[in-house]
Amino acid sequence: MKRFGLISVPYLWLLALFLVPFLIVLKISLSDTALAIPPYTPTLDLSQGWAGFTAWLSGLDMENFTWLTTDDLYWKAYLSSLKIATFSTILALLVGFPIAYGMSRAPDEWRPTLMMLIILPFWTSFLIRVYAWKAILSQEGLLNQLLMSLGIISEPLTILNTNTAVYIGIVYTYLPFMVLPIYSALERLDESLLEAAEDLGCSRLTAFWLVTLPLAKQGIIAGSFLVFIPAMGEFVIPSLLGGSKTLMIGKVLWEEFFSNRDWPVASAVAVVLLLILIVPIVLFQRNEEKQREAGK
Amino acid sequence: MSEAALATAPAEFAPWKDSQATPLIRFQNVTKRFGDFTAIDNLTIDIYEREFFALLGPSGCGKTTMMRMLGGFETQTEGTILIDGQDVGPIPPNKRAVNMMFQSYALFPHLSVAENIAFGLKRDKLPKDQIAARVDEMLNLVQLGKFANRKPHQISGGQRQRVALARSLAKAPKLLLLDEPLGALDKKLRQDTQFELMDIQEQTGTTFVIVTHDQEEAMTVASRIAVMDHGKIIQVDTPAKIYEEPGSVYVADFIGDVNLIEGSVTTSGDDHATISWAEGQQNLIGIAHDEIPAGTRATLAIRPEKVNIATERPAEMTNIIHGKVLDIAYLGNMSTYVIETPTGQHIKAQAANTRRIARRAITWDQDVWLSFTDTAGVVLTS
Amino acid sequence: MRRLSWFNTVSLTLGFAFLYIPMLILIVYSFNGGKLVTVWAGFSTKWYGELFRNEAFLDAAWVTLKVAVMSSSVATVLGTMAAYVMVRAGRFHGRTLFSGMIYAPLVMPEVITGLSLLLLFIAIGLDRGVLTIVLAHTTFSMCYVSVVVSSRLVTFDQSLEEAALDLGCTGFEAFRLVTLPIIAPAVISGWLLAFTLSLDDLVIASFTSGPSSTTLPIKIFSAVRLGVSPEINALSTIMITLVAVGVIGASLTSKRAIVKRAKDEQEAIQ
Repeated sequence: MKRFGLISVPYLWLLALFLVPFLIVLKISLSDTALAIPPYTPTLDLSQGWAGFTAWLSGLDMENFTWLTTDDLYWKAYLSSLKIATFSTILALLVGFPIAYGMSRAPDEWRPTLMMLIILPFWTSFLIRVYAWKAILSQEGLLNQLLMSLGIISEPLTILNTNTAVYIGIVYTYLPFMVLPIYSALERLDESLLEAAEDLGCSRLTAFWLVTLPLAKQGIIAGSFLVFIPAMGEFVIPSLLGGSKTLMIGKVLWEEFFSNRDWPVASAVAVVLLLILIVPIVLFQRNEEKQREAGK
Repeated sequence: MSEAALATAPAEFAPWKDSQATPLIRFQNVTKRFGDFTAIDNLTIDIYEREFFALLGPSGCGKTTMMRMLGGFETQTEGTILIDGQDVGPIPPNKRAVNMMFQSYALFPHLSVAENIAFGLKRDKLPKDQIAARVDEMLNLVQLGKFANRKPHQISGGQRQRVALARSLAKAPKLLLLDEPLGALDKKLRQDTQFELMDIQEQTGTTFVIVTHDQEEAMTVASRIAVMDHGKIIQVDTPAKIYEEPGSVYVADFIGDVNLIEGSVTTSGDDHATISWAEGQQNLIGIAHDEIPAGTRATLAIRPEKVNIATERPAEMTNIIHGKVLDIAYLGNMSTYVIETPTGQHIKAQAANTRRIARRAITWDQDVWLSFTDTAGVVLTS
Repeated sequence: MRRLSWFNTVSLTLGFAFLYIPMLILIVYSFNGGKLVTVWAGFSTKWYGELFRNEAFLDAAWVTLKVAVMSSSVATVLGTMAAYVMVRAGRFHGRTLFSGMIYAPLVMPEVITGLSLLLLFIAIGLDRGVLTIVLAHTTFSMCYVSVVVSSRLVTFDQSLEEAALDLGCTGFEAFRLVTLPIIAPAVISGWLLAFTLSLDDLVIASFTSGPSSTTLPIKIFSAVRLGVSPEINALSTIMITLVAVGVIGASLTSKRAIVKRAKDEQEAIQ
């Protein structure tokens, strides 16, 4: 009986505040917009019993999803989100891997400090870290001041309010997520494996290619998903650093909801975004399981 | 049997006694320091082709550093290391005709057994069919043909050990280094594998240098053993010599079980020395090749199995000690008796259990006489 | 004994420069005398003064703190329970669904979590305010707590609990007297994680807050959307400093504990 209590409290909490809300989103995505409170129809009226239920059910349709395919704003936003998320994941890998590698090669007594330095930004406000780039990237910002005083450029570059700024923002804020799994894979790597490779005739570079990289593979995959998945639904970075032309689905959803007050369409956008994300999420879970098995 | 007779015996392998033989490996005044710590201290030694040479010592004695210098993973601070007459100082590990079997085995977890064995061969850019043939040969050598396609985590510890051996032998190195090769195996498997290692060493004719802290292992496999401590070699000799005639108390104590009886030398000469050691006990005689001045403090080292135990005083023995049985440890095939002398020293004797336990004569608190011959123990001054 | 190669030194230096220079610039310019964040006009602490006179920010900070303390505390209790269920309860009906619901919020885009919770609150007629933010934050941060705690529970030697039961504890006593003290560091870091997630959250709070319950991130967001402001720099500096002191303090404490333990063990051997 005690066990039942232990299980049921968190279980019911999650059912009520995670699963049920999501079912509501699903339902509203099938409803129509209305100038009412709440701003959609049909609403379920259980006071009329079974008849009310069937009336409600027959009022649901796929209209919003059809709408998403006809207005090219939406599919362009999905594509652009995919592109931005993919590209920034690759960038984060290129920046993050050397850091993780350097950390794993560092003397033992430095490692806790390096680890702390990687985690520290993660504990500081996300919003503030994104905001920090605004002053750096703007027209009269510090980066332009620096480049111009060095004589590298004569005209200030427009970086803020472009996709470039969004890439920088995503790489910057999600870098710890890329570094940590790669570092933990590289740290587990037994140094004698590299010595064995050298002993058997590899140069340092071939040993890296044939031993280090394959063994870091799962860390790289995990890190990439940890950057890609949240980047896909990102809202703060495109709205602070991106411009009016930066299309990302998180921003579209936000505007659909808050500016247009079109709840059914916002819900439909959310449902489609989730369907897109299911593939990487499942792949990520599978990679994690593989890693757990390999760890045994 | 005299030493001369031993040297002329046809089957004996002892290149270190032959002044004409050129050593495969020469350490010449090699010193290795890590910061303030001296791992290897001005060490000079020769190792010959086809030897099975064991570096034996407690952890931190420098044995692993010596091996890693041979493999090319460490560079000496001073001195020269020659392999086959060539100074190997500037040669990186991947260019040396030396292979190493790692303590952790260092099998590549992402590659199969066969791919692990082929790894080194592929680096030499050999033709594919040649590599395949060599891998097969190696798999047969270690009897793992059936497991060629398994990954390292899908085979047992003993099998992993053999894959590591096969991988390091695949390139037919002149010299194979083995770092605690059997350390991860349980006792029974370790004993079987020791013989297998010796067979393979003989079959391939490779020179083996093995690092171990397990003295039994070194005794079993090695042609010669170097006992090391604090970066120095204390003694280099065949296992039998090391055991029978240790050169120092350290070596005597490190290898096997030993009674160390301290006393002062009364007479010495003719390969023997006599020490007086306790009041009321007669003096003891042991081997001493060098003459020791009378009055010098010395230790007689005597193995328990060379000490006889009897309930009556033996008539015709040079060395006799009287005492009382303090403890008996029954080990199955033999028993160890701990005897306390009237002056409070403890001395161990071992006797084979040829009779059943209930019928054995010796029991606790009984008065007994211990005895041994004048060649059974050695008198050591260091 | 190991030394870094030049390649590793360069990549670590550049990497950490990339991570820290933007924050350093932010901090430096919070002491700027001028109104522009990009032009240095002498040292001044006036923006800190402005910040502390700004009632709206102080109110928002107070709301945020209340929400964070409440949601992280409830989330720690629920998350620890959930971790215990995941690791110890064995098989039960709906286990797969349960573990799915534990992991899904970790990867769910915030916009979706926020939207779905808002629609729930509207459907059941719950007025938006501090309570709804607390409910929302508790829900997603309990999942983080449960992941942190369960990774500790997995390595926990179950025979310790069995020994406690053997010595006469009830199940709950065994948990309170043996399990909890041992997993306490994980529970505490779970709480801290939940606390910072709540402090940090903009998107979910935007969906679930009402007009009277604006949190600090919402306030900051609406301020910086229009452009940079030295007041926000001052606020950021305070927040970064607090976090840095906390994290560095925690890591020093744990390092000291490890050193002490190693020393104790060394002494015990001798």
